[in-house]
Amino acid sequence: MSEQARPKVAVHKFSSCDGCQLALLNMGDDLLALSQLVDIVHFAEAGPVDEEQEVDIALVEGSISTPEDIERINGIRQRSKYLISIGACATSGGLQALRNMADTDNWVRSVYPRPDYLSVLDQSSPIADLVQVDLELWGCPVNSGQVIAALRDLLSGVTPRVDVQPVCMECKRQGVVCVMVSRNEPCMGQITRAGCGALCPSHGRGCYACYGPAEQVNSRAVSEHFIEIEVPVEEIRVKFGSINSNAPAFKRARDS
Amino acid sequence: MNQEQKFLPRHDLDRLLQQLKEESYNCLGPVVRDGAIQYLPITDSSDLPAGVELDQVPAAYQLEFTDGDRLFNWSNGPQALKPLLFRPRENIWQVQRDSSGNLAFSQADESVEPTAVIGVRACDLAALELQDRHFLVPGAEDPHYKKRRDSLLLIGVDCSQPSDTCFCVSTGDGPDLRSGFDLAMTELEDGFVLRAGTKRGQKILDALNLSAATETQLQQVAIQSEQATARQRRLLPDAGVQKLLLQRPEHPHWQNVAERCTACGSCTSVCPTCFCFSEHSETNLDASVSQQVREWSSCFIPNHSNSHGHPVRADIASRYRQWLTHKLAGWQEQFGRSGCVGCGRCISWCPVGIDITQEVNKLVEDTG
Ligand code: SF4
Ligand code: SF4
Ligand code: SF4
Repeated sequence: MSEQARPKVAVHKFSSCDGCQLALLNMGDDLLALSQLVDIVHFAEAGPVDEEQEVDIALVEGSISTPEDIERINGIRQRSKYLISIGACATSGGLQALRNMADTDNWVRSVYPRPDYLSVLDQSSPIADLVQVDLELWGCPVNSGQVIAALRDLLSGVTPRVDVQPVCMECKRQGVVCVMVSRNEPCMGQITRAGCGALCPSHGRGCYACYGPAEQVNSRAVSEHFIEIEVPVEEIRVKFGSINSNAPAFKRARDS
Repeated sequence: MNQEQKFLPRHDLDRLLQQLKEESYNCLGPVVRDGAIQYLPITDSSDLPAGVELDQVPAAYQLEFTDGDRLFNWSNGPQALKPLLFRPRENIWQVQRDSSGNLAFSQADESVEPTAVIGVRACDLAALELQDRHFLVPGAEDPHYKKRRDSLLLIGVDCSQPSDTCFCVSTGDGPDLRSGFDLAMTELEDGFVLRAGTKRGQKILDALNLSAATETQLQQVAIQSEQATARQRRLLPDAGVQKLLLQRPEHPHWQNVAERCTACGSCTSVCPTCFCFSEHSETNLDASVSQQVREWSSCFIPNHSNSHGHPVRADIASRYRQWLTHKLAGWQEQFGRSGCVGCGRCISWCPVGIDITQEVNKLVEDTG
């Protein structure tokens, strides 16, 4: 990527809360530095809107949940050299994928007075279910430091580093006292992908698994231990079935 | 070393801390924080955990607050000395690019101050000796580790209350301090029996100008040591038997552990002898500065065994086997002793309560 032609970057949104776009806006000075290095041609939350441009790097927030989304993501894929899905919605289907376990039609009819105005798919799907994704950055929301690191790596022409170690590793490196061992707080950190900096355990709470499944997910071992420390079964189901309920490893755990 | 033992009355403990300050040491000591005992900066003896007792069992660590006077009536905290020397995460070198594109490399240069650590346990010191052997190989010393190691003064305490998880008796590393300390203390009801282990320790002891410990006090020390030894219930088979693990790579019990283990890496992180790390570079957005970061790694995480982009040890059974066989058998070839000092941390801090002593005993009990 030469000096003259600055790489073009687009930030796209699908079904989501915009939190990941906000996480990008929260980069502060780095956002200014980034704007010197690349042309941000599309980033609705920040201003520029030109979804149709061909870009070098596309960051995609949100899940695929309407027929229209399918068309859009296919177009975006065609116009993007490198596509990164960011955040829980884009990587697993997100909170809205809870409806994958329910009868969508039924819900739509019970919530909306004119359900015929709506056109929704009955599943909320991660981007990678529809098109090829070159890199996934998990998290709810995504950690802007990870986005910066990935962009920097791409600008330097190296493959971005992917961190799939569990949250426990981050917890221990930070000297956080394990909340599961010292306070019986049920914690999903053992089977959750690192990236948040062990945010919840460092504030005395168990991990909610918002960074999705780690590389190894021995859900049976974790669930059995939760039962041993007297966590109600319904609560254990919720732990596997919240933000990343649709991630295959968590889905399997919930169904078993 | 002059092995003469002195007595420091409890109400004079601050004289010791004062002496350390006069000799320009920063003092770290056991402090209760976030429900655990941790080595943190202390100003005087009132920061120490008076009356605190501790219950450790697999996957549980519970402090108990009594109105007793004893300051060291507990076994250990979530970390030994390891994080003070082998940092969980640190920059080891960096490279800067100036406006004309030239690169300048420099070693990270942390300023280190003389630091005294009070309350160090026998297992901590045995583990430290192993870490020293790894990081201070003559001719290939790790400069970051070495600098911090040289700044330490170690004041140990004999363990009077081993936890249910402790088994240093069976590894031969405790409960009394054996070596590696500058100054050793045994806490009795009304004070401390002190002995020096190095010249530096002796100098501090001399400066305190204490009277010799009485015969009765020395008897109390011996009785306390016997009681602490007798409290321990867990057993690790001796080093010769530990070596059998190398001959049992196909033992079905590896799979049995793998069904319970989550590969979280907590055990290796709290283990005071584990030394694996990984390195990567972190570059700022305009690529003007890049830091080489070294951080604790673990044989339980995928990239630890990556070769050509794929993990050689792809499942939990092979990772647990790697941990145990290396620690208990492989280390004997590398360091002339087992890598386990019996601190029990991997038992209490394993979030699902896997117990190394039980697993090893299963693995060696029959012929596999
Ligand atoms: S608090 Fe959670 S993430 Fe941290 S070490 Fe314990 S189980 Fe792992
Ligand atoms: S033995 Fe326990 S602490 Fe170690 S990796 Fe397995 S679950 Fe984690
Ligand atoms: S293997 Fe476990 S008991 Fe042995 S030294 Fe390491 S943490 Fe302590």
